Amino acid sequence: MSKQQAVPIIFNQVRQINWPTLNQFLTATALPIVGIVIFLGLWSLMAKNIDTSLGKFPGPASVWQQTIVLVDEHNAQMDKADKFYERQEQRNAARLAKDPSYASKIRDFTGAPTFFEQIWTSLYTVMVGFIVASLLAIPIGILCGLSKNAYTAINPLIQLFKPVSPLAWLPLVTMVVSAVYVSSDPMFSKSFITSAVTVALCCLWPTLINTAVGVSSIDKDLINVSKVLRLNGLSHVTKIVLPSSVPAIFTGLRLSLGIGWMVLIAAEMLAQNPGLGKFVWDEFQNGSSESLARIMVAVLTIGVIGFALDRIMLALQRTFSWDKSAVLR
Amino acid sequence: MSHKHHLELTQVGMDFPTAKGPFNALQNVNLRINKGEFISLIGHSGCGKSTVLNIVAGLYQATKGGVILDNQEVNEPGPERAVVFQNHSLLPWLSAYKNVELAVKQTPNGRSKKEMKEWIEHNLELVHMSHAADKLPAEISGGMKQRVGIARALAMEPKVLLMDEPFGALDALTRAHLQDSVMEIHAQLGNTVIMITHDVDEAVLLSDRIVMMTNGPAATIGEILSIELDRPRNRIELADNQEYNHYRHEVLKFLYEKQRKVESVGEHRKKQSKRKSGATQSNVA
Repeated sequence: MSKQQAVPIIFNQVRQINWPTLNQFLTATALPIVGIVIFLGLWSLMAKNIDTSLGKFPGPASVWQQTIVLVDEHNAQMDKADKFYERQEQRNAARLAKDPSYASKIRDFTGAPTFFEQIWTSLYTVMVGFIVASLLAIPIGILCGLSKNAYTAINPLIQLFKPVSPLAWLPLVTMVVSAVYVSSDPMFSKSFITSAVTVALCCLWPTLINTAVGVSSIDKDLINVSKVLRLNGLSHVTKIVLPSSVPAIFTGLRLSLGIGWMVLIAAEMLAQNPGLGKFVWDEFQNGSSESLARIMVAVLTIGVIGFALDRIMLALQRTFSWDKSAVLR
Repeated sequence: MSHKHHLELTQVGMDFPTAKGPFNALQNVNLRINKGEFISLIGHSGCGKSTVLNIVAGLYQATKGGVILDNQEVNEPGPERAVVFQNHSLLPWLSAYKNVELAVKQTPNGRSKKEMKEWIEHNLELVHMSHAADKLPAEISGGMKQRVGIARALAMEPKVLLMDEPFGALDALTRAHLQDSVMEIHAQLGNTVIMITHDVDEAVLLSDRIVMMTNGPAATIGEILSIELDRPRNRIELADNQEYNHYRHEVLKFLYEKQRKVESVGEHRKKQSKRKSGATQSNVA
């Protein structure tokens, strides 16, 4: 193929590429990558120039190193736990062989929780707190939305408690939980209850307010339809009010989960619930040369999980929203 | 004492409480409607037509006078006075079928599950919406939504069908189709209908009587015009019909020539003569 033939062929192939779509795809992927790369560059530049009492501020390289260390630690700990249980079972089998009436016991592995176990603890603590908050906020929100009097009565309390930081609630919650949750064989640890209650207290407000707004702004025509059909109280709420306010409720839930996740980390730090918050606190108290890097890993993990939780709520919001004209981001 | 009339409004008056004191929207509205009649309520904006309809529907309580339907007083909404709203008011999260089903479930009238299903499908067929039964309101056009609204109202087997400017939000062609559908349904079912409209042609074409209201506040019934055109009515044939045009003329005269207050003939003549003498005087000068 001569040069004269090749150029028009190449030119044609280039022309056949769907430039607008390709352009869109490139901007959507390349721009965020450029942003992240610039951020990483600035970060490592800044890190080299900051000296703290615990060593240099961690740059992207040392953070990545510590991520791998944490994964290895987790795997090593899991191995240790497996071997521990294996040894116990062997011992129990041997004792049973000698003495069939032996009641075998399995003792729990008492190793410190690994990073990934702490992530799991944080996740289920936030879920419990969020669900408790939602179970309280949605009915109260519906009541406030349906009855102007109830709203007028409850609104001052909402406005008063909404801005309170979780750290301010924590001492009160800790004291109450210590006094009230007394049992010889507790199912949950006190720190778990304290963290979950604190999360619930702080993340019930967005759901409550959004539910009230959603319920009170139902299309008046739909209320007239309900009147003409003579729907009784419960039918009116389940068939008209609730479906109509589902989009607003999901908006509230999404906001609440975001706030709950933030509050959880703070609550865990002080309540010592074995989750990511405690991990950060322990590393800080530990003060080793790798501490800052490990804390940075935790920070990024918190961010990634928060992002993932938000995307999950967004997907739920999109599924349950019947208002196709609203754009959900 | 039996009432011959199906629906009676007697000395109905309506005051709305406002910050500046009660606003008198309606007064001395008297109307007697027979079973199977098609009544149009026509008037300028803000003359209280919707208020009258809402009072008959039971969504408002009249401050004076009352409404009696089949010897029973009307004071709360109910499916026997089904309403078709201007903005269709379909539940946006339910399909067309389910919207009608909701109404049918509230008015079972002794139907079994299977009979309910057939009844819903029958009503959707009546408004020519069977093909879109499983679509959500967001997926169908305005005219189709209004048809489903009519199907829902009819599915309740109402004694009176109340329509509040049902075709106001639609374009002229869709309106024409829906008017034909409504005439067809009225011929088939013979139900009593009260329809609010702004469209003079629509009122003359569809109704047995046109109730023309005066301007608000303190609006009342100005004139009632009886339309003696044979049914079934074809809009294209009627376009050249003398009687049809005469009725249109009457309604337009009421709407556009009458003053704010319903003035007496004497006052009207005085005004006319004043205008004439004023003109001659200026000519002289």
